[in-house]
Amino acid sequence: MNRIEINKVSKKFGSFQALNNVEFEVREGEVYGFIGPNGAGKSTTIRILLGIIQATSGHATIFGKDVWKDAVEIHRKVAYVPGDVHLWENLTGGEVIDTFLSLKGQLNKTKRDHLIDLFQLDPKKKAGTYSKGNRQKIALISAFASESELFILDEPTSGLDPLMEKVFQQCVEEVKKQGKSVLLSSHILSEVEKLCDRIGIIRKGEMIESGTLDDLRHLTRTNIRVETEKSASILGDVPGVHHLFLDKGVYSFQVDTERLSEVMKELSQLGIKSIESNPPTLEDLFMRHYHSEDQLNKG
Amino acid sequence: MLYDKVIQLLFFTCRQNRKASLIWTISLVGVTVLTASAFTGLYQSDQERQSMAQTMENPAMTAMVGPGYGLDNYTNGAMMAHQMLLFTAIVFAVMSILLVTKMTRAEEEEGKLELLRSLPVGRLSSLSATVIFVTILNIVIGLLIGIGLIAMNLVGMGMTGSILYGLTLTVTGLWFTSITALISQLSETSRGVVGLSFLVLIVAYLLRAIGDVSSEVLSLMSPLGLVLRTEVYVQNYWWPIFVTILMSLVFTLIAFYLNNKRDLGAGLLLSKPGKREGSRWLLSPLGLILRLQRTTIISWIIVMFFLGASYGSVFGDLEAFFENNEVLMQMLGDNRGYSMTEQFTTMLMVVLAIMATIPAVLVFLRVRGEEKKGRTEHLLTRGISRFSLIAHYLIIAILLGIVSLFLANFGLWFASSQVMEEPITFVNLLKAGLSYLPAMLLVLMIAVLLFAWKPKSTPLVWLYLVYSFFTVYLGGLIDMPTWLADLSSFSHIPQLPVDDFNWTPILILLFISTVGLVFSFISYRRRDALG
Repeated sequence: MNRIEINKVSKKFGSFQALNNVEFEVREGEVYGFIGPNGAGKSTTIRILLGIIQATSGHATIFGKDVWKDAVEIHRKVAYVPGDVHLWENLTGGEVIDTFLSLKGQLNKTKRDHLIDLFQLDPKKKAGTYSKGNRQKIALISAFASESELFILDEPTSGLDPLMEKVFQQCVEEVKKQGKSVLLSSHILSEVEKLCDRIGIIRKGEMIESGTLDDLRHLTRTNIRVETEKSASILGDVPGVHHLFLDKGVYSFQVDTERLSEVMKELSQLGIKSIESNPPTLEDLFMRHYHSEDQLNKG
Repeated sequence: MLYDKVIQLLFFTCRQNRKASLIWTISLVGVTVLTASAFTGLYQSDQERQSMAQTMENPAMTAMVGPGYGLDNYTNGAMMAHQMLLFTAIVFAVMSILLVTKMTRAEEEEGKLELLRSLPVGRLSSLSATVIFVTILNIVIGLLIGIGLIAMNLVGMGMTGSILYGLTLTVTGLWFTSITALISQLSETSRGVVGLSFLVLIVAYLLRAIGDVSSEVLSLMSPLGLVLRTEVYVQNYWWPIFVTILMSLVFTLIAFYLNNKRDLGAGLLLSKPGKREGSRWLLSPLGLILRLQRTTIISWIIVMFFLGASYGSVFGDLEAFFENNEVLMQMLGDNRGYSMTEQFTTMLMVVLAIMATIPAVLVFLRVRGEEKKGRTEHLLTRGISRFSLIAHYLIIAILLGIVSLFLANFGLWFASSQVMEEPITFVNLLKAGLSYLPAMLLVLMIAVLLFAWKPKSTPLVWLYLVYSFFTVYLGGLIDMPTWLADLSSFSHIPQLPVDDFNWTPILILLFISTVGLVFSFISYRRRDALG
């Protein structure tokens, strides 16, 4: 069963179209990465899922229930961490965590203390004195200490140090193991690449890609570095080859994944001395979407 | 579903606001009970009270504190209610506006509400908890005031009257609680909510001032006018209480309806896109500070003019009142050729001077708010010295104080000259008004000093201003020890044109202010910047 289902959701703020027919789903036991440039509509989508803003059209459900009408019921099993956490200055971190947990009716002290330990938080300090990273920890602890089936995380690691980022990744893997689902919106693409089973890319309010990392890779290019006996400059004329460079006898270029076998045939005739191929990183994927956008704009 | 976990949120709200609520409760109950006991000790005979009644009956007093009633038998109760009820009700309104804004739009603006709403909490739970909390607070303070007055067992202040006195204050608080809850659905920012709500309060006061002098209907349109119709301790009418509660209920329902319909973070008043580039005006510390407070400054300037004008507009009636009241003229005697009107003017002058100090202090204290939010750092790390930062805020505050005072006096003169047969000359009025500038400067100095020296206690300056107001206002009515009145800088200014002008107190005030400011500037440069 799908934990989240978003069906042609659009949102307008006045005349501004923030979301346009957004569609994706998050399945049971999967971590779904949700990426896109600033202002693309990630947070708007998440706020619709949380039932705190209303979609102009389309329909979104969590656990099969309507996100706006059944918000309270849904929230019993959903944990949310925003990227910018503001807390009540005159309460201590510990008080805030307990308040959040008991509002969900799930104050599990062992789990809470374990997480406070893991994230190395001093819960006795007033929330007003916490740094950004520490405020973020409070939201993370409150989320992972709850008995939720779905975690909605909107840039949850902003402000965390690399050690704490590791702890966060462990927490995500842990809940995934328990069959829970995670919607992770992030700009740290290496993190998304490492944690996520499937990925969706949103740009200007529209979903432009959705699938596993492998699926997405098929749509893009493979990086190849090769040393050959004969000159490989003819490769520049082979369809599907891009950005051919020669540096100290090593050619490096990118190949459209669907043309890979034809290019390899050409290469083998040139006498390969060494070859190295890398699948595109998520960053490459992401940049490519940026670039095609730029080129379209220029053209 | 809409109200899930409202009880828990209510407790959470209590936990958040227990300190502030306690301070409001103690000060409001304390001041009322103390004033009541001061009133009763003051006039021993009915005759004394009766002569007081006649001075209170004039239109200037009516505009300021509301219509007198029961004047033919001016008991302690009637006197106290007439002179204290309106101002205390305004304090209830201010309390309700500030608390509701802090709990609704401010929480929402800062993203705290988003965190709460991601929990299994109903869409209307937070607003409900706020309205319930502030309502209970208003009821508790009102009842405590009522019980306190009964417990004092003072002549002329019966049981029903005392309870009604407290409840009149309560319903004023409720009216402003509900209107602020409603406005917080409309404006996207907490500053907007506070601004609009105070605008409602000010319009309510002016409407009542003009209405009480000239038109009953106008007064009834104002919540402040409406609640005064209880005629506490004389007639004890209950209908204004019920009407006010009914209106509050309607506003609350509309607020709930709007809150349920709208997106989190959105307001119903649409914000429009702003400029793409900073204008040349903006690109200096002075320009930036002015721009950030543009709305505040302009609104206060307008308010001060209308406040002066609405007091001025009753001067015609005031003149006629004194002419027709020979008994009163005889009783007060001819004070060296100054008309009664001029004598009342001196009192209005102090009130206007204290009012004009509010925007000055407000504009200066913005620097504290900016510091708390970590925004002074943006300026301090960009080659603007601390000296320059604080000097900019201070200069803007002083200028705004001068402009406010000038416009209040101008409004007073403008309106009064339209309605008086023998108008007061503008120059005389201006002299009287602007003599208060050193007193205003001293209050500003206290604000600067607190900011520089004990930044967390800057709100104390408001306490000093409120104290000044009550000593000056009550000082004329009750027998207050001189040293208590002398703590206020405003009581040292010669009251022109009735008093002679005297440089000594003015120079002393200026001297103290200068020393205080120098000390403040030094200690601000030494202290840590606080985030």
